[in-house]
Amino acid sequence: MTENIRLAEQIGVPICQDTGTISFYLMVGDKFSNLSMLPDILRHATKHATEAIPLRPNAVNPFTGKNSGDNIGESMPYIHWEIVEGNNLQITALPKGGGSENACALGMLEPGLGIKGIKKFVVDTVIDAGAKPCPPTILGVGIGGGADIAINLAKKALLRNIGSRHNESIVADLERELEELVNQTGIGPMGLGGDTTTLGVNVEYAHRHPASLPVAVMFQCWASRRASAKILFDGKVEYLSHRI
Amino acid sequence: MVEYHLWTPLSEKDVRKLKIRDVVYISGVMFTARDSAHERALEYFGEGRNLPIDTNGVALFHSGPLVREVDGRYEVVSAGPTTSARMEVFEEVFIEKSGIRIIIGKGGMGAKTVEAMKKFGVVYCAFTGGTGALAAKAIKAVKSVEWLDLGMPEALWTLVVEDFGPLIVAIDSFGNNLYANVMDQVEKNRLKIHQSID
Repeated sequence: MTENIRLAEQIGVPICQDTGTISFYLMVGDKFSNLSMLPDILRHATKHATEAIPLRPNAVNPFTGKNSGDNIGESMPYIHWEIVEGNNLQITALPKGGGSENACALGMLEPGLGIKGIKKFVVDTVIDAGAKPCPPTILGVGIGGGADIAINLAKKALLRNIGSRHNESIVADLERELEELVNQTGIGPMGLGGDTTTLGVNVEYAHRHPASLPVAVMFQCWASRRASAKILFDGKVEYLSHRI
Repeated sequence: MVEYHLWTPLSEKDVRKLKIRDVVYISGVMFTARDSAHERALEYFGEGRNLPIDTNGVALFHSGPLVREVDGRYEVVSAGPTTSARMEVFEEVFIEKSGIRIIIGKGGMGAKTVEAMKKFGVVYCAFTGGTGALAAKAIKAVKSVEWLDLGMPEALWTLVVEDFGPLIVAIDSFGNNLYANVMDQVEKNRLKIHQSID
């Protein structure tokens, strides 16, 4: 794995051939201008990156089975919007491979099962996924809200760095404990056995309905890729995750 | 554990000597096929037609490669393995009809495939998922591409490789299965972990 990372950097090619489904997480300042142009700009950027890097064409029409060839399609690339105060725009690109996405799971638990039920659901999901999501994985866990909210929170948890801890200690403790439990499964790198099944667990939560305890588990493969940049009001760009 | 450097085409004898945990490097010819290519291959077999490429004695690579065209020639940019379990529904028939000797993928395969591997003399080798750049380095040329209408990842790419690996023999031709051994232990660990949570 480390040799592959070195080689990919040296030659300048994608670390993994599955360059993923392309999605963008935007944190948009309420005073940032020309917001309505962003979807077109991001579609254009995706098309350009598909040719220039290159990225593998991964947008398939579910009805016809036809690959669009340029990663552009219905709702693709997918854009998540969040409005914040300010006049800047922060963009995070999260290309996510199919193998890790296929293992993601949502549990609508009985609230009576409580935090113990959440822990078991996470461990069981990891075990059922086995080798498929390319372990050691990074896990995003979303708790509470509703079904869609839990899934969104779990995915957002993947945007945080490995080892970054939730600012509430009760959540941070759960992150640490889940890491230990998942690494006790013995699945190991690529499911061939070992003590490292996850590189880190990030948890995000929302308040839940009294009758519901949604838990979502999102896997990110070890070849996790993500990049962030901030576009300032005057058009200048600050690259946050990479040196350009 | 033994390290082997193998050249295609491979005979049944060549692969029967391989045991789980052995390390293998392959030189010669391999071809990629994922879900759609398997589906179409089975249609061809059903109609009594031959595949457009010679698959006898070569390696089947579960991979949807990232390929670019440079000066009219195809060049593999990145080509790690995809999840083999998705091909479980096709592989028993595919093994019987295609004459392949090695399957390269990630995550292992199910009982029907393992039975066919025992019967016809095929081994399953694991290549580390996500190491697409490493794989591409061992791919020296694209020999041909068929069924490009299925899209780049799903097409049938025939590749010339040199010391493609390291591959770990994860399921041998006698049904020994490294993944199953690991998962047996994982199931025991599941009970222990559940108890520790309670």
